[in-house]
Amino acid sequence: MTGVHPPLDYPAYRSTEFRAPKRPLVPLPHGLTEITGPVYGSSPVTAADADLTTRYPEEAMGQRIIVTGRVLDSDGRAVPDTLIEIWQANAAGRYKHKVDDHPAPLDPNFDGAGRCMTDSEGRYRFITIKPGAYPWGNHYNAWRPAHIHFSLFGRAFTQRLVTQMYFPDDQLFSQDPIFNSVPDEKARQRMIAQFELGLTVPEWGLGFSWDIVLRGREATVFEEG
Amino acid sequence: MSLEITPSQTIGPYLGIVLPWPDGPFVVPAGTPGAITITGQVIDGAGQVLPDAMVETWQADEDGRFDKGFRGFGRSATDVNGYYHIVTVKPGSLPAPGGGKEAPHLDVSVFSRGLLDRVVTRIYFADEAGANLADPVLAQVPADRRDTLLAVLTEPGEYRFDIRLQGEQETVFFDV
Repeated sequence: MTGVHPPLDYPAYRSTEFRAPKRPLVPLPHGLTEITGPVYGSSPVTAADADLTTRYPEEAMGQRIIVTGRVLDSDGRAVPDTLIEIWQANAAGRYKHKVDDHPAPLDPNFDGAGRCMTDSEGRYRFITIKPGAYPWGNHYNAWRPAHIHFSLFGRAFTQRLVTQMYFPDDQLFSQDPIFNSVPDEKARQRMIAQFELGLTVPEWGLGFSWDIVLRGREATVFEEG
Repeated sequence: MSLEITPSQTIGPYLGIVLPWPDGPFVVPAGTPGAITITGQVIDGAGQVLPDAMVETWQADEDGRFDKGFRGFGRSATDVNGYYHIVTVKPGSLPAPGGGKEAPHLDVSVFSRGLLDRVVTRIYFADEAGANLADPVLAQVPADRRDTLLAVLTEPGEYRFDIRLQGEQETVFFDV
């Protein structure tokens, strides 16, 4: 692992206490299983899966936003035809999930689930609503900053990434142990989308851009035999 | 051009909104000749099972190949009792980097609330003792911990592989 990712053992995030492994990780040389990965070129993802606002009889409540960007690897290459899955709270900060008991309203026209495939240049684009912040039990008066969960595959097992996208200028960053678990300030900034007037659609919705950078695919360590 | 990578964040408790697929656990369709089921619980350091974890697997086909359109990928959210299950075929052996053979194995990613990054392990098969002895990755694992990487045949076609995040029997996790 590189030093960019959060440490597994991070006591400020209390759920790590009994879940973060305690023993040293064993190095795994990259063989065929690591340099390959699932490909979803024929996956049944439709264009409608990338619009979270219009799949019910009424439009979702909240601030309509466009979230778009590119998936790249650390060698600067685009990652085309890769599946992105997202999930998020509604505008009131409530997830449509049975374990979310935050007393904020559910929106019958919003389920918070989205999927899309990147195009040939690694681009993706979602239409959704800005999620609300929500309280959680980690510490007194703990609130999660507004965020959208992202899951990405890349092209190799080593590239698999699950992360969260945040919004600029959120006042809740300073007290959030999940955001702050990333040790490097510049790395934390890479989880924050940029507002862009150029992506904003007049009379309609605000545009945010967020590029995601996966590990490089690295050289093939040996020829397939 | 070199770019800085995007950090990992926890999958959190709400992965059920989108990640479980109806066919997620089925690397091969149920009833496929030679299909096996790998089942187990994900368990934390307090002995509690994880009802909110997700287990993913990636593997070669029965001939040890990745290039013949084999899906190779499995995904199972854990249930209220912490169980995941994957329906697949036992992969073939693979050439190892640096020579030799890797024994049949699946790469495994575990995600959950409380894990700020995925943890990675491998499922090997206890009934491949000869191949396991020659496996260069297992050879790097302390001998008294290798058992944590072995799926055990419980009945024909059924393997058991528990994942212990902490404790005396903590599963071996790898730095990929």
